[in-house]
Amino acid sequence: MKKLFKSLAVASILGALMSPQALAEKAKGHKDATNYSFSFEGIFGTFDRAQLQRGFLVYKEVCSSCHGLEKLSYRNLGEPGGPEFSKAEVKAIAAENEVIDGPNSEGEMFERPGKPADRFVSPFPNKQAAKASNNGALPPDLSLITKARSGWHGTLRSLFTYSLFNGSGGPEYVASLLSGYGHEAPNGEEKDGLSYNPFFSSLWIAMPEQLSEDGVEYADGTKATIEQQAKDVAVFLTWAAEPKMEERKSLGLIVLLYMAVFSAMLYLVKKAIWRNVKH
Amino acid sequence: MSGHSNYEFKNPVVNWLDSRLPIVSLIKGQAMDFPTPKNLNYWWTFGGILAIMLVIQLISGIVLVMHYTPNTAMAFASVEHIMRDVNYGWLLRYMHANGASMFFVAVYIHIFRGMYYGSYKEPREVLWMLGVFIFIAMMATAFMGYVLPWGQMSFWGAKVITSLFSAIPFVGDPIVTWLWGGFNVANPTLNRFFSLHYLLPFVLAALVFLHIWALHVPGNNNPTGVEPKSDADTLPFHPYYTMKDLYAIMLFLMVMFAFVFFAPNYMGHADNYIEANPLVTPTHIVPEWYFLPFYAILRSIPDKLLGVIAMFSSLLILLALPWLDSSRVRSGKYRPIFKQLFWLFVFDCLVLGVVGGQPAEGIWLIIGRIATAYYFLHFIILLPLIGLLESPKPLPASISEDVLAKSDAKSS
Repeated sequence: MKKLFKSLAVASILGALMSPQALAEKAKGHKDATNYSFSFEGIFGTFDRAQLQRGFLVYKEVCSSCHGLEKLSYRNLGEPGGPEFSKAEVKAIAAENEVIDGPNSEGEMFERPGKPADRFVSPFPNKQAAKASNNGALPPDLSLITKARSGWHGTLRSLFTYSLFNGSGGPEYVASLLSGYGHEAPNGEEKDGLSYNPFFSSLWIAMPEQLSEDGVEYADGTKATIEQQAKDVAVFLTWAAEPKMEERKSLGLIVLLYMAVFSAMLYLVKKAIWRNVKH
Repeated sequence: MSGHSNYEFKNPVVNWLDSRLPIVSLIKGQAMDFPTPKNLNYWWTFGGILAIMLVIQLISGIVLVMHYTPNTAMAFASVEHIMRDVNYGWLLRYMHANGASMFFVAVYIHIFRGMYYGSYKEPREVLWMLGVFIFIAMMATAFMGYVLPWGQMSFWGAKVITSLFSAIPFVGDPIVTWLWGGFNVANPTLNRFFSLHYLLPFVLAALVFLHIWALHVPGNNNPTGVEPKSDADTLPFHPYYTMKDLYAIMLFLMVMFAFVFFAPNYMGHADNYIEANPLVTPTHIVPEWYFLPFYAILRSIPDKLLGVIAMFSSLLILLALPWLDSSRVRSGKYRPIFKQLFWLFVFDCLVLGVVGGQPAEGIWLIIGRIATAYYFLHFIILLPLIGLLESPKPLPASISEDVLAKSDAKSS
């Protein structure tokens, strides 16, 4: 049994070396995301409701003019495990958006105020329109952005168990990128229509800096520094990418506790059955 | 399988059924009373673990299909629908995705166990070969399953792997077009992969049935490699091994569920959360981790056709293993040189896995080539040779003798 565990441990360490997170290559000057510690990390981690609500505000007032969130419905904002806005608040948020519905009995499409059951309205009717208003660059939909990006690259951070315990770094990447503007490119280079950002994989990003000091006004009185806004919206987008995260972790604790007790019992049964057998 | 039952059951209804369809005595004979060597260690529990994994994959997969849409315009969105709107859909999908990875963890351990203890040797050659077919069917199933979420890695992985067939001389390109059902990986490709991904697990189940059948003819190998000689060497499968396997299965599932609940995307790739886009190629196209050693072999050969041949040979060579190993001693325990070469081979496979995940350039390419050469060297040269050269340690007369010697050593 001891030998088995030893071999399994060695194999799992070597296996961790193969972690796909280790694969991304580092461009020159490309920085790993800052490893912020967020409240949702770890097996007991939960979202901070106030932070999710602040993050939603940043999304609504800053990001949503170019980026959609098409996998989400307004009702999600009121569901447990999320920002948990009240029913009335969710209705009001939904109603701020004009939804194209129809066709009606005359065969015409019409606009109406949004309802909680509607999906988030995307800022552009299609990809072409989105590109046309953004210098040819497509602002990606943000529904899955924190799962679709990794924050750790060529360094030791991407090896071994780092990403097992720190995740892929997607939320950290979003926060780092949004607050990572304002550095001058090495050798003072400038590119037309692009901004230098050391956290972006190619270092030159089509999106100009979006966040500014006190660019939004938080209702809970939190000081809206650039970093604070970046972190808040990253946390909001982490929830948006996985609205069932809290349910997953809390169920996981119960399941694993149950399995631990069950396997301990199975072990005792096994031992009792084998007690008279030399093996 | 036997025509007439040797069992008499007290219950008349059971007796009535069993004399018409001897299913009760089959279960009793093969799953309960089946004589099993008493010295099996925990490495032998992976067979049972694998059976459970197949069942988990089948059940979670069948329910996932109830909510999934195999159409390039809707597949990605339907997976997110499962994650967000289906009750416990996130659990089903994470179980299925991590279950596939853990299935491979278990199968690799199971294969290496068979290699170490010489479980492929006479009279278990067919059992071993069926295992190789199961492994290949598993790989095909996993590959097609990975295409279904229609993310970037799904699309580009499918494109890279199916394009391999274009290396076949003369008919390569028509074959690829035939596989794709068009001139690119597109909706027809997704549809047929979905169909085959649903079919292959049942083929797998049939192969597993044959595998177990072939196991139950000679019975289990064991750590000494000495066949049981008397009843003192064996135990009935139930309750001894049912309980031991159940305990091991539960431990294994705990590891799996730790991933499912707390690190569900650790073994996946971030790019697969970006919807497939035929116009944007990811910087590095990498298969799932369990394919990396074979991917490394493929890329270590500069010629495309030879690379494909090497990759498939690395799998098919396993079929010849019973005849490549020339030693008459079964268990690696009594083979001092083989034992070291075995661990070297395991290390070589892990190195290939690491290399497969790196860009094929510079030092990685060189390491990959050495490791590939060693992989084949192990089978073609080393195994036939050391069987003739090494002098094995003396074998115990029986399983019981070995067990007694060990427990005496412990108590003294």
